[in-house]
Amino acid sequence: MSVLNAEHLSIAFGGLRAVDAVSFEVPSGIVFSIIGPNGAGKTTLFNIISGQCMPHDGYVRFCGEDVTGLAPDQLARRGLARTFQNLQIFPQMTAIENVMVGRHRHEATGIIADLLHLPVVREQNRRTREAAMEALGRVGIEAMAERPAGSLAYGNLKRLEIARALASEPTVLLLDEPAAGCNPVETAELENIIRGIVGTGVTVVLVEHDMRLVMNISHRIHVLANGRTLAEGTAAEVRTNPAVIDAYLGVNPSREAVSAAG
Amino acid sequence: MSVLPADRFRGLPQQRLFSLVPLAAIILLMPLMFSSAYYYRVAALVFIFAIAALGLNLLMGFAGQVSLGHAGFMGIGAYSVAIGPAHLGISPLPSFVLGVMISTLVAFVVGRPILRLKGHYLAVATLGFGVLLAVAFTNEASWTGGPDGMIVPHLALLGRPLRGPEPWYWISASTFLVGAAVALNLIASPTGRALRGIHDSEIAARMLGVDVAGKKLIIFVVAAVYASVAGSYLALLNSYITPDVSSFLRSIELVAMVVLGGMGSIPGSLVGSAVLVILPQALAFFHDYEHMMLGLIVMSVMIFLRRGILPSVTAAFAQRHK
Repeated sequence: MSVLNAEHLSIAFGGLRAVDAVSFEVPSGIVFSIIGPNGAGKTTLFNIISGQCMPHDGYVRFCGEDVTGLAPDQLARRGLARTFQNLQIFPQMTAIENVMVGRHRHEATGIIADLLHLPVVREQNRRTREAAMEALGRVGIEAMAERPAGSLAYGNLKRLEIARALASEPTVLLLDEPAAGCNPVETAELENIIRGIVGTGVTVVLVEHDMRLVMNISHRIHVLANGRTLAEGTAAEVRTNPAVIDAYLGVNPSREAVSAAG
Repeated sequence: MSVLPADRFRGLPQQRLFSLVPLAAIILLMPLMFSSAYYYRVAALVFIFAIAALGLNLLMGFAGQVSLGHAGFMGIGAYSVAIGPAHLGISPLPSFVLGVMISTLVAFVVGRPILRLKGHYLAVATLGFGVLLAVAFTNEASWTGGPDGMIVPHLALLGRPLRGPEPWYWISASTFLVGAAVALNLIASPTGRALRGIHDSEIAARMLGVDVAGKKLIIFVVAAVYASVAGSYLALLNSYITPDVSSFLRSIELVAMVVLGGMGSIPGSLVGSAVLVILPQALAFFHDYEHMMLGLIVMSVMIFLRRGILPSVTAAFAQRHK
């Protein structure tokens, strides 16, 4: 069964067709990667799916339901989570508090109870903290729980953002360039984290430039160029697709480039 | 990314103990130094403005939303305890409660469209709201006495009218204590975490399922209630009220108290209020230069203690004792 469908999605900024009639289908429980050269429309596509932009044409289905144009918080409450290419953490809160905000959609206390710190709030806080700690553990930074998020190193902030998204117990997790700025060791650890996430049944949609990571963990890869779909298939299929090689390396690639593309 | 003071939010029980217990002690012991009713009056004013500043601090320091018209809600509270008894035959105590209810309603109705705005636009819209109320209080002379203001009758508690500043010292100080406890509760609750998330990254908070507009509205209403209570107390303490209570200058003063004391610092609101209420009294000696000196002090604090008086001093202290 597919959990996420994009059907004929299009959006234009001025005269530029940033996303042009893109369709794909993400089956449940896999890693689905969206790749393409810079400016191919990957992040814009993420922004449409996660409700930040309204597409001019086409629609998005989430778990079979038409969710086109729903606000990000409505999508989040249905089980969609995302991370951001330019980190969006809460720097003035501690690491664990960041992740506790991720539990928001599972928290059920009213404003009056919150203002009076009723026992129900105390119990909620305890449960939220427990779940948040577990999420921090899944990305391996539980030791930093009480540190101010603003003081964490870049690699840990990336993990923190993933933990925060995981804490919301999403059905689908969108990761926007999680390996950007990571060294090879950190990227390898990230690969393990993503495998762990998929292992728990969460569907991961990945936008990423690190081709080794993409080829290693993706069950399916969707290739964009200039806002359009170029190809879709398994890692092996995409790697040997002539159109993909052209898009990445130019029409007449040098011998060196072809061997690099492997 | 620099190290930011997240520690100020740490553990609710600690914060409660560290800020509320000494505060209660100060409130109890301070009158020992009061040699005349004048001291009670100034101290009562400090706590009254601190209540309003505390509410505004929840909005500005925690949710990151500005209001340049917050004195408007003080005006609603103040005129409720004036107009209720004078024109509607409602005694002061129910008038006070009515004021809180009206402020809640107005904040709800006004906040809904205004809080969609951000940054400078929100500042200008709230400013407009404050000015609108000040103009209404000035022009509706048949109800409010116009620019000359109107007399406010004494509030009677247990059949005894509260005269003079002393009872208002105890009432405003204990109300501030309760207000601070409620604010601490909020910060450490699911709503509080969502608000602080909105402050730091609205887009991230929204993507985690936070109903951003709804949360902003809630905190705006809470801040309005604090201001309304403070406004009623001010009118009852002075037994007199003029439209000045909701003037633009008053709104700016409230913002200055929050920023001076320390955004996001709950005891800081009290410090900010103390500075801006007591300084003009102390500087009265330099009568001609009073406003200049006040401006100079405020500027110096902002330049040298940018995070506000309390957080800066606490941080310096913590550094020394490491």
